[in-house]
Amino acid sequence: MYYGKRGDDGISTPETIVSLKNLTKTFPTADGAGFTALKDISLDIKRGEIFGIIGMSGAGKSTLVRCINYLERPTSGTVLFQGKDLSQLSMPELYNLRQSIGMIFQQFNLLMQRTALQNVCFPLEIAGVEKKERIRRAEELLELVGLADKRDSYPSQLSGGQCQRVAIARALATNPQVLLCDEATSALDPSTTRGVLALIREINEKLGITVIIITHEMAVIEEICHKVAIIDEGRIAEYGPVSDIFTHPKSDAAKRLVLPQGERTDEFMGGRRCRIVFDGRSAFEPVISNLVLEFRHPINILYANTKEIDGKAVGQMIIALPEDDRLAERMLGSLHTQGLSVEEVTGNV
Amino acid sequence: MFDAVVAKMIGNGILETLYMTLTSTLIAYIIGLPLGVVLVVTDKDGIRPIKWINSVLNVIVNILRSIPFLILMMFVTPLTRAIIGTSLGPTATIVPLVIGSAPFIARLVESSIKEIDRGVIEAAQSMGAMPMQIIWKVLLPEARPSILVGSAIAVTTILSYSAMAGIIGGRGLGDIAIRYGYHRYDNGIMFVTVALLVVIVQVLQEVGMMIARKNDKRKK
Repeated sequence: MYYGKRGDDGISTPETIVSLKNLTKTFPTADGAGFTALKDISLDIKRGEIFGIIGMSGAGKSTLVRCINYLERPTSGTVLFQGKDLSQLSMPELYNLRQSIGMIFQQFNLLMQRTALQNVCFPLEIAGVEKKERIRRAEELLELVGLADKRDSYPSQLSGGQCQRVAIARALATNPQVLLCDEATSALDPSTTRGVLALIREINEKLGITVIIITHEMAVIEEICHKVAIIDEGRIAEYGPVSDIFTHPKSDAAKRLVLPQGERTDEFMGGRRCRIVFDGRSAFEPVISNLVLEFRHPINILYANTKEIDGKAVGQMIIALPEDDRLAERMLGSLHTQGLSVEEVTGNV
Repeated sequence: MFDAVVAKMIGNGILETLYMTLTSTLIAYIIGLPLGVVLVVTDKDGIRPIKWINSVLNVIVNILRSIPFLILMMFVTPLTRAIIGTSLGPTATIVPLVIGSAPFIARLVESSIKEIDRGVIEAAQSMGAMPMQIIWKVLLPEARPSILVGSAIAVTTILSYSAMAGIIGGRGLGDIAIRYGYHRYDNGIMFVTVALLVVIVQVLQEVGMMIARKNDKRKK
């Protein structure tokens, strides 16, 4: 079975598990014009991937994820799940199919009047699993998410992170092929978020479940996703492996997400700046020192950080280029010849 | 003034009032609870929107809710006679009490169910739950504490309606208060019946609230 380990692309062609073709969704509005939340979305999600969908709030990503299990019916276009066209299914067939797609939510959406164990039992009751088997399976899942000791606690007695773990156990109860995560970590603090993301990755690697993550936080995408689609005003602005988008963002929406925000200093706004991305090979080479020595001109570093993306250390740095255009061009040329990913950045970055 | 006859009359009055109130509440819930569920489920934002059923039920509920109980009670007298055989006495009073309170209960149940977070219902739908499964496994259990609070309110409202039924010979404490306290200016009996009504309302209210609290798992 294909487990979607990072960097496996091209070695084998895993089967497409979810395929969206020219999806459009329009909501009726009072004036009759209609609000188009999704415009001509096409995506292929492969079995075993952790696929991120990122966008600002209101970009349509929540609508998009609800189209995957037909909680929202698209206005036009097709959703294929394991090759089956969802629009062709009868209601009972659709109810059945939804048991192969688990879903977790920002607000956890646990049943408040049920214990953790009973919450995990819930989808099994719906699927008609016998009681003894339900409890056995629910206990096993609570064990998997590390909450075996909380089986008899009610959601009101659990922390946010624990609630989301119960929700994950519940989503996994019916052995789904796909796990949809709708802003699953947005209500959690950073350290709890990391714990929940680590659990999602573990589920992906151990159980081979395809994960589709909806988020507005680039950090979530960088932390666990293999591929990402950037959705902007209802359209897909860009999509591909996370490392590609991080190194070479093409669309404005991608640049907004990838480039550092809120950390700029206004006095540098006037000059020319360039963004250098270091991959695993070059991250430890003294690129800037070499540049200073070569051109004998001071270089102002406006921003720098290092991240782990797709298992590789990747750094980015924004430097101010000298006022002298010829010198600036020569510096850019030198950086390019070192095989670094360099691009000039302009505007409100 | 409080001889054995009066005491026995008041004792019977208490029993009749409790009989009318509790039986009517029970029957009114048998009608009002499913009605409330159907109102929520068939609503345009509900799990199974059916516009015509929703509109028809809303109109019926609104009409019944807008008739003052005193008038409704007299208005349904022919129906009461047809069902019970008489329009007098506690059993006959149950008919207008149920008709008057079932729509009110339907609204209480409706608002209790609407308190449930939409996300929880969506989560159930994402697991492939069918509308009937959502009603039985999500809507009713999750709204249970709130429905119980509603029933404490309903039972006291029905008790006050039952006192009104004294005017048309419904018996119970209300009847005694009207006949002796009001028409015969017997302030002693008036005072005692009012005090008893207050006590019964308090007891029913407290018991209802206590059961509701015990059933709610949302608090730690």
